[in-house]
This record gives sequence, structure tokens and C-alpha cells, in this order.
Amino acid sequence: MLILKTLTRAPLHGYGIALSIKRLSDDVLTVEEGSLYPALQRLLLQGWVKAEWKMTETNRRARFYTLTAAGRRQLGVELSQFEQMIAAIGRVLQDAQEA
Amino acid sequence: MNSIRRFVKKLMLLLQRRRFHSDLNEEMAFHREQAQREFIEGGMTPESARYAAMRQFGNPTRVKERSHEVVEFKLETVVQDLRFALRQLRKNPGFAATAVVILALGIGASVAIFAFVDAALIKPLPYSDPTRLVAVNESSAGFARNNLSYADYLDWKRMNTVFRSLEVFNRTGYTLSTPTGTESVPGTRVSAGFFGTLGIHPMLGRDFRAGEDGAGASPVVLLSYGTWQRRYGGRPDVVGQVVNLSGIAHTIVGVLPQDFQFALRDDAEFWETLQPIRECEKRRSCHNLDGVGRLKDGVSVTSALAEMKSIAAQLEKQYPDSNRGNSASVILLSEAIVGEIRPIFLILLGGAGLLLLIACVNVSSLLLVRAESRRREIAVRGALGASRRRLSGQFVTEGLTLVVAGAAVGLGLAYGGMKVLSGLISKEMMMGMPFLRGLTLNAHVLEFAAALAVVAGTLFSITPILHFRFSNMRDGLTEGGRGSAGMLWRRMGANLVVIELATAVVLLTGAGLLGKSLYKLLHVDAGFPTEHLATIDVGLPDIAFSKDEQVVGFARDVVRKVESLPGVESAAITSVLPLSCNCNTDWIRVVGKPYDGNHNDVNERDVSAGFFSTLHARLLKGRYFSDAEDGSKPLVIIINETFAKKYFPGEDPIGKKIGDIKLSPKSIREIVGVVADFKDAGLEQEQWPAEYFHFNQSTDTHFSMLIRTRQDEQAVFPELAAAIHQVSVEAAVEEGSTMTSQINDSQTAYIHRSAAYLVGGFAVIALVLGVVGLYGVIAYSVSQRTREIGVRMALGAQRSSVYQLILKEAGRLIGIGIVVGLAASVGAAMLMGKLLFGVQAWDAGTLVGVAVVLGASAMMASYIPARRAASVNPTDALRAE
Repeated sequence: MLILKTLTRAPLHGYGIALSIKRLSDDVLTVEEGSLYPALQRLLLQGWVKAEWKMTETNRRARFYTLTAAGRRQLGVELSQFEQMIAAIGRVLQDAQEA
Repeated sequence: MNSIRRFVKKLMLLLQRRRFHSDLNEEMAFHREQAQREFIEGGMTPESARYAAMRQFGNPTRVKERSHEVVEFKLETVVQDLRFALRQLRKNPGFAATAVVILALGIGASVAIFAFVDAALIKPLPYSDPTRLVAVNESSAGFARNNLSYADYLDWKRMNTVFRSLEVFNRTGYTLSTPTGTESVPGTRVSAGFFGTLGIHPMLGRDFRAGEDGAGASPVVLLSYGTWQRRYGGRPDVVGQVVNLSGIAHTIVGVLPQDFQFALRDDAEFWETLQPIRECEKRRSCHNLDGVGRLKDGVSVTSALAEMKSIAAQLEKQYPDSNRGNSASVILLSEAIVGEIRPIFLILLGGAGLLLLIACVNVSSLLLVRAESRRREIAVRGALGASRRRLSGQFVTEGLTLVVAGAAVGLGLAYGGMKVLSGLISKEMMMGMPFLRGLTLNAHVLEFAAALAVVAGTLFSITPILHFRFSNMRDGLTEGGRGSAGMLWRRMGANLVVIELATAVVLLTGAGLLGKSLYKLLHVDAGFPTEHLATIDVGLPDIAFSKDEQVVGFARDVVRKVESLPGVESAAITSVLPLSCNCNTDWIRVVGKPYDGNHNDVNERDVSAGFFSTLHARLLKGRYFSDAEDGSKPLVIIINETFAKKYFPGEDPIGKKIGDIKLSPKSIREIVGVVADFKDAGLEQEQWPAEYFHFNQSTDTHFSMLIRTRQDEQAVFPELAAAIHQVSVEAAVEEGSTMTSQINDSQTAYIHRSAAYLVGGFAVIALVLGVVGLYGVIAYSVSQRTREIGVRMALGAQRSSVYQLILKEAGRLIGIGIVVGLAASVGAAMLMGKLLFGVQAWDAGTLVGVAVVLGASAMMASYIPARRAASVNPTDALRAE
């Protein structure tokens, strides 16, 4: 979900995705490279992202991942599921505090 | 939809596997460079930044592998594992060959035996809806299943409400004139609805019609397929032709299908309708038929039996003379056909199963030894990042590879074994078991083999996996590490060996008991010397020999003629040969003694004057018959010892008179002699009272000749048939036999022999496997303890105490194995009780013998590694590691 989210703004390469998640979460979340690349392969396989080789600003070849329409849909689904979950957890916690 | 797309993408990636890898490599390199640059910007030296980036990134190979796992097919791993497994097995051909051979033996034996069991016990009879078919008979005190009398059959058929149809059949024989001379051919008489009841339709012509089995209907006959082919060249115009059977013209109305079989009467060439024209069928007290019924829907065998019993009870009240003590028997037709041979098949299957068990245990322990020696390899692979699942997968693949190879070879063995075994079944035996013909590896058998393979495969995959689950992988890396895991293996391996030895004991005991039974059976005292006795069946056409004098004349002439042949000492005639059956019985009543109305069954035989002297029987009292006696003289009878003891206890039977249950005047005969008992029935059957009528006073157109020769009885056969035909060209002569072969080929002897030989074969294999298994365990244990032994010897232990150390360990295993095995054998032997003859399940001689044989060979097997242990050079042993 996080990977998909970072890709909504612009296509990024693997390193960019890791960096972006780290920054956006103020260093709280770091994506292990060990899980990042397998995860990306899985997303590719599902057809939620596509990859193409492009030049970076530093003029180096890198593989950029772009969100596909299916990926955007999937993100929507996952976000709403996540929000429901958070809301549910919130309610439980609140209840626990009141009690 | 989604999964299809994913599959296509995976497929594309598979085709571009190299591209996938280079993309991934480049991408990861890029990632590291970026990270490195950032570290440098953060103030690190390029060198340390590079290391930091690499550290952060982690194990690139692992990342690659995991990415690979996402896109790969499961199959790819399997193929890889398989390749590796095959390479492993090739590198270790001794292990692979041993395992495959052992497995093949186990699977082959089980599958071959199962094929027989399947054909005989599992596959239903080849009739429509065979589970609704029952064998219907009368029963009485002496017989669980007795023949039906025709009058009773008609009443049963009329009164019952449980059968959709109830039919009868009766064996018969015909004399048939052929271009090569008069032949005696077997036939069956059946009531008109017989084939309809079985659900069999003639392949040519028509079935019998209702009413064609009535007295006076014109005789019709159906041909068996074999007869149609052999005697009529398979010509389709045979229907409507007339065939002369025993001098009576029969019209052929059809031909039975090729695959038709009827185990209770399978050699019949002609099937005619059963018309109640024989003397026997006119009397209610004469029993000569067998019944076959088809149960109505929803009627069970038990309720059918209950109703038939109550009908029989009704008839008993109505006809007290003839039906006293007669009840009914209804059992499944399959039970009637295979009931006798079921125990042997089950025992053989059990034996084969035990053999398979030993084979599996043996291969398992081989796998354990191998797993143990691969401990280091596995640990290294694990440390290098192989996942547990992947390692387990490797074991599964190796196990399955072995099983597949073993099963393939085993199927080959099974096929060969089936051919050999069915070749061993004699023609007469086969006739009673037509369902065993054309035995082959059919779908059923293959399924069974597949099931065995799956079980064995599971076992062999799990064994090494369990082994490694229990042991800590890190131990494997340490030098010389064999602490607790080695112990664990030793305990598991030892348990397996105990199982093997115990199983071998069970099989050996079984084989020993069966062998002893066979010996006892074949050496039962028949009451007369069985060597140099030839036998031959003779049939005379009823029409040409309708008068007693004609038959008596022929009998006298034929005995004289045969006795004149070279090498013949004497010849005689009997209605039923000795060593056949407790059958052809008569109900007797002693004149002048109170009669309680019960049926006293005794064996009745019609014998010529020279019968007892030809047999070399022993006369106890009185005299034998003289040839001059015939129907015109007073009726005489000779009884056996059992008869005398039972009906004349403490009296002299000579001169006493006996007759039928009504003491009708023409049945009263005077006892003139008592002979010592000899076996009328099979060797394993009990001795019944017997009465012997004078053949001249109780003639029959079908009888057997008994010929005592001076030398080899086979030598008489070439001239025998010709000699008989010289007396009368109309006499039909069957193939001759000998008393010795009658004993050796009897069904009981056959069953005992095949059981003893097969179980014996299994037992030998089991013994070898068990002992080899023990050797393996002890040898392994010695190799593991080499250092310990070296230390002991360095500290002054004598070679003898090293021997003792090893042999004690082996002795303990052997001891436990034998004790457990003996206990199990007694249990197993109780189960085969029925097959044992003259031997108890706890026969001490056999049990001790087995213990000694197994103990001795097992100790011998453990002596070899013990010797190796004792000859260890302490310095070598200590330096070795």
C-alpha cells in the first residue's frame, strides 16, 4: 500500500521509493531493501505497476515504476480497508479508556 | 482471469529469465550506488560508505532469490531438486540400488498377491448385480450345505417370498461319439431360468424357455464357447443342429458367451435343461441338486435364510420320513465360490504386507544413515541460506525418486510373479477358480500399487525431515559433532531394527507352521499304501447298459482284461475313489435296534470283490466279497471300523443286518466283514463311518477303476484306454490319474503347499533384510564409536571386552526383536488357525527353531562389525579426527 501511495505522485525508481517512504514518515518507517524488491516484483506480476528504464537527473539508467489504473484502484481498496481498520482500532481503544 | 494473466506474465519471465536477472542486478547496483552517494554526502569516506551501503542493503543473493521466488514456477524448484536427487543417487549407486531392490521386492510381492486377492475376493462375480445372488442349499447335522432334493426344490420355489427367482443345477456327464472314439464329456443340467437368474444371455441363439425343463419336453442344449470353437469350429449355423448326448438327441439352441464362467461347474461343455427324469429326482429323500437364487430388492441374506428355514421346518413336519433334520442354508454366491480359498489369500496378503513393512523400514533406516552422513552438507546448505522448506523439499524429492524407481521395478516383478504363480495353479484348481484366468495388471492393481507408493514415499520423505527437525543444525557444522543427535539416531535406528527382526520372526514362524502342516498333511496315514495305484474313470451309455446284468458283465470283463495287462497286480471297481470326500452318503438303520428317527449319515461306496485286496486294506473280521455274488444272491455289506464302533459298540457286527430308514425289505443287507479304517475323504478330513456295497448288487454306469501295479503306475496308462475299449467300444474313458497325484494335487494339499512356499519365500527375504538391517545399525554404531573404542583400548581395554561391548548391544536388539516377534507370531498363528493342520499355533519346536535361526544369523551379522571394532588400532582411531 505504501509503495503504491508513493507512486501516485510520480514514477520513481526502487531507491526513490525507499527514500520517499522514509522521508514522508519522518524516518519512522524504513523499507528493507530485502523486502522492497520482491514486493515490487509481486506488484509487477499483479499488474498494479509497470516498469521502464529511464535516465535519472544524474544521467544514470534506472528502472522507474509507474502506477497503473489497476494499481490506483487497488490503492483505493486498500486505503479504505486500512481506514476502516484504524477506525475500528480507535473505537476499541477509546472504549478501553472510558472503561 | 487475474490468475491467467499472472500465469502468462510468469511464462514470459521464464522465457526471459536472463533479462530478468540482469535487470534486477542493475537495479540493485543502482540502489547501492545511490545509498553510497548519500553516505558520502553525509561525510563518510567513499570506502566506508560503500560498506555501509552494502550493509544496509543486506544479502543481495537473498534479495535476488526472494524476487526470483515471486516470479518462478513451483515446478522449477522441483526439477532442480529432482536433478540434484538423481545426481546424488548416481554418486551413490550402492545405496540407490539397494534401496530400489528392497523396495521393488516389497512392492512387487504385495502387488502380485493383491492382484490375486482382487480377482478372487474383491471383484464381484461376472454376473449382473452379483451381490444379490445367493447359493441355496439344504443343511443337516453332518453337512452345513447339502444338496437339494427335487421335490423340496419345487416346494421351496413355490412357497418362498424372498427370491425373485430360484434355480437349480446338477453336474452330469455324457458319452459323446466323436471321430476319434467315444469320449466322456462333462455337462451341467440347469433349470430353465438359470442363465436368466445370473443375467447371462447366449451370444448366439436363445436362452432356455420356461417349461423346457419339464419332464417330456424335447431335450435342448446350450454349448459353452470353448465347445463351440473346438467341436463345431465356431460355425454360426450350429444353432438348430442335433447332438447325440449319451444316446439321446438334443437340439442345440444357442452358444454361451466367451467370458461366461461358473466356478461351481466350470468345465461343463454342454448345458442342458434339468428334466426330472432321473430316479433320484423322483424321490424326496434323494438329494442331488444345488440352488442359485436372486434375492428380491430389499431382502437380506439373513431374512431369506430365516424364511427358507421356516419353509424347511414346515416340510419336515409334512414329510417326517424324508425330511427329518433337514434345514436350509442361504449364503452369498461369492461366499460359496471363494469361501474356501479366502483364508489363504488373506494370509498371503498379510505375509506380503509384512514383507513390505520390513522393506520400508529397511529403506527408512538406510535413509537415516545417509541423512546422518549428510549432516554436514545439510548444515552448510542451511547456513548458506537454504530455507528449511527448500531442504525438506530436497528430501521429499529424493524419497519420491527412490519410490518411483522401486515401484516401477516392483511392478515388473509383480507382473512376472503373477505369471509364475498362475502357471503353478493346476488345471483342475483353475477350473474351480475361473476368475483367476487372464490375471493382469489392471486398473485396480495399478491403483493399489500407486497407493503403496504414496505411503512409502510419504514415509521416506518424512523420516529424514524428522531427523533434522529434532537435531540442531548448528551442531552439524561443529567438527566431529555427533553428540545428542548421534544418540537419537541410534535409538531410532535401533527401534527400526527391532521392528524388522520381530516382523522377520513372525514370517519365519508362519512359514515354519505352514511347512509343518504341509508335511503332516502329506504324511497322514491313508490306511493303505498310496504308491503304485493308478485310477481311471469309466462311463457307460445308460441306454446300451440299462440292465444290471449288462453292467456286471462289463465290470467282470474289464477287471479281468485290465488285470491281464503287463505290470498290473490287480484291478477293482468303486463308485467313489478313496481320498475324495465324505460324500455320497446313505441314511442307515440297524435291524433290531431302537430307532430315534434321526438321519445316520454314513459314506456309501459300491465296490467290486477285489477292491479291498487291491487297496491292500486290512480285514479285521469276517470276509471280503466274492465275485460270484450278484443280485441273485443275498445282499451283503462290509463296514469299516468306525462304523462298527459307532453302531455296534462292544458287539460283533458280523451277521447283523442294516437297511434304510424305513427298513424296506430290498434295502436290508447282512454284514459279512469289517475292514480297518482307511481314508474315504481328504487327508485332512475326519474319519466317517463307511459302508461298502457289492458293486454287483448295486451297479452304476459311471465308476472308477483302481489299478495296483508292480512298478511305476504311469506305465500302465498307454494301454489302459485301449484295453477298456476292447471290452466295449461304447465305454467312455477319461484321462487316468494316480493316487499319489490325487494326494499331492488335492485342493487342501495345494492350498497348504502354496501357502507354505510363498510365506517361506517371504520369510527368507524378510530374514535377509532384517539381518542386513541389523548389520547396518551395528556397523554404523561401530563407525561412530571408533574414537571411543580407541580411547578404551588405549586405556587398556582387552579386545575381548570390545567384542563384548558390541555384541552386547547387538544381542539386546536381537533379544527384544525375537521376544516381541514370538509373541506376535503366536497371535498371527491363531489367526491362521484354519490353515494349520496337526500343528498348534504355539508349536514349541517351530518357535524355538525360528528363534535359533534368527538369533544365529543375526549374531553372525553383528560379529563382522564387532570384529572390525576389536581390530581398531588405538593410535589410528585417536588420530582419525
